[in-house]
Amino acid sequence: MQTKSAARNIFFGGTIFFFVIFVGLVAHSYSYIVTTSTNVKTLTEAVAHGKKIWEENACIDCHTILGEGAYYAPELGNVCKRLGGKDAVMGMIEARQENEEDTRQMPNFNIKGKDLEDLAEFLCWTSTIKTQNWPPNEAG
Amino acid sequence: MKYQSQKIALAYFIVAMALFAVQIIVGVTIGYIYLNPHFLADLTPFNVLRMLHTNSLIVWLLTGFFGATYYIIPEEAEREIESPAIAYLQLAILVLGTAGVVVTYLFDLFHGNFLLGKQGREFIEQPLWVQLGIIVAALMFLYNVTMTVLKGRKTAVANVLLLGLWGIAIFFLFVLYNPDNLSLDKMFWWWIVHLWVEGVWELVLAAILAFLMLKLTGVDREIVEKWIYGIAALSLFTGILGTGHHYYWIGTPGYWQWIGSIFSTLEVVPFFAMVLFAFTMVWKGQRNHPNKAAMLWALGCAVLAFFGAGIWGFLHTLAPVNYYTHGTQITMSHGHLAFYGAYVCINLAFITYAMPKLLGREPYNQVLNMVSFWVMSGGMAFITFALTFAGAVQVHLQRVQGNAFMEVQNQLGLFYMLREGAGVVVLIAVLLYLYTVFVPRTEEVISTQPAE
Repeated sequence: MQTKSAARNIFFGGTIFFFVIFVGLVAHSYSYIVTTSTNVKTLTEAVAHGKKIWEENACIDCHTILGEGAYYAPELGNVCKRLGGKDAVMGMIEARQENEEDTRQMPNFNIKGKDLEDLAEFLCWTSTIKTQNWPPNEAG
Repeated sequence: MKYQSQKIALAYFIVAMALFAVQIIVGVTIGYIYLNPHFLADLTPFNVLRMLHTNSLIVWLLTGFFGATYYIIPEEAEREIESPAIAYLQLAILVLGTAGVVVTYLFDLFHGNFLLGKQGREFIEQPLWVQLGIIVAALMFLYNVTMTVLKGRKTAVANVLLLGLWGIAIFFLFVLYNPDNLSLDKMFWWWIVHLWVEGVWELVLAAILAFLMLKLTGVDREIVEKWIYGIAALSLFTGILGTGHHYYWIGTPGYWQWIGSIFSTLEVVPFFAMVLFAFTMVWKGQRNHPNKAAMLWALGCAVLAFFGAGIWGFLHTLAPVNYYTHGTQITMSHGHLAFYGAYVCINLAFITYAMPKLLGREPYNQVLNMVSFWVMSGGMAFITFALTFAGAVQVHLQRVQGNAFMEVQNQLGLFYMLREGAGVVVLIAVLLYLYTVFVPRTEEVISTQPAE
């Protein structure tokens, strides 16, 4: 009986201990993100809208962004650097939507106009995040 | 079955198994698209099928957990479930939500609508109305089982199980928080994904495993309960700060590389403890339980979870290694064996144990059931090996040499073919499993001594 209640107390006490440390570190990471690793000044309405476009089309269920996603299509966290700017990203999305000859064909999501531009804004903002120098090279 | 309300579990298991079949069929389809990328490309693109594959997995595992809980709690608390009506209503909400999700994904209904359209963050793509429905269903469920336990006998198995389930519901609330800042979004997204599968789900796993060991081996409750608190403690002590291994490259501070590397390496320990626990209980146990197939699945679960979650997790968890492997087929290989070994196997173990009791028959079809274990597990292991090799090649070509993504993918065809072959084998094993649990036989192939 003694050992069981001891095991239970260690479990609850230890869990609270580690969770408190975790919450503290995440709180610090929060302030690190908004002050150091991401640029909140350039996080405009357009970038936020671009993120919505990214989500509504479930881009992450083929692509990865900062290494997270479906691994079926290229990494896009650094695509803006890889292609060399916003216009190139827009051009690439337009071309991919129309090209049905690709080995892995990107569906035609019919993203155009302001949606297309904001999506590129979002991807280019993402490429400015300080990611501890990941990915190792431009290939992503 | 000692309590009438345990019967609730049957309805949950039927839903779970139907979704399991869907998950695997879609999985084999996706595997084929890797070989022939234009297959279904205009009808249901890869991303839609991938959402169905992952979402159906998560929903069926949770449905299985709910069913197992409704089966376990009456025996642990020694009383009937507070309200069977609430339990069936909860299931109805989940089924409605699931149907809504499938239709929304397949036909891309209400595109862009904040309430009715899909949301498109990985794994939590469900429309907001479905997520709210899940929260309501979760609250009904927690009320129902918590009241049952509060008014009845309180055991360590029920405590750890309930704590895990409360954690699942609480962390799910983060689906409602989606900041515009991608780094913040990712940091809290992991509060759902990691704190589920490498945190509170492990408590549910440990509790179900402990219940099975109690019933199958006949070991003293006192011994089992000491183990279960130990395993739960190891899971959370390592798993909470182990979240750090997802905070390496998403804009979070560099110290996570140390914290994540150290604590996620230690995440192997609770899985090893589960192996020790399961085998020690069998070794110490006096009972010769007739349901050998359930025992095989339970032991298989402990071992495969150790390899899938433990070893394959460690394979790429150290920050300097993960710098190269992050987001490659290495991640895929780990994901497949970890989910299978830990959470698929525990569900299939429990269903193998409970189904004969729910249907009021002896554990018939055991031999076929055990065959399905070996074939399914062999198939999953083969998928894992194929993807691990694909990942190693990908890491070298893409991350070390810097070749373009598609150029590299085009060289991995052989591995994807091997993976797809093994996927078909898994599908066959799944159909075999479903046959053995749902279709009764009149005679047992192996003779069993009477229990105890």
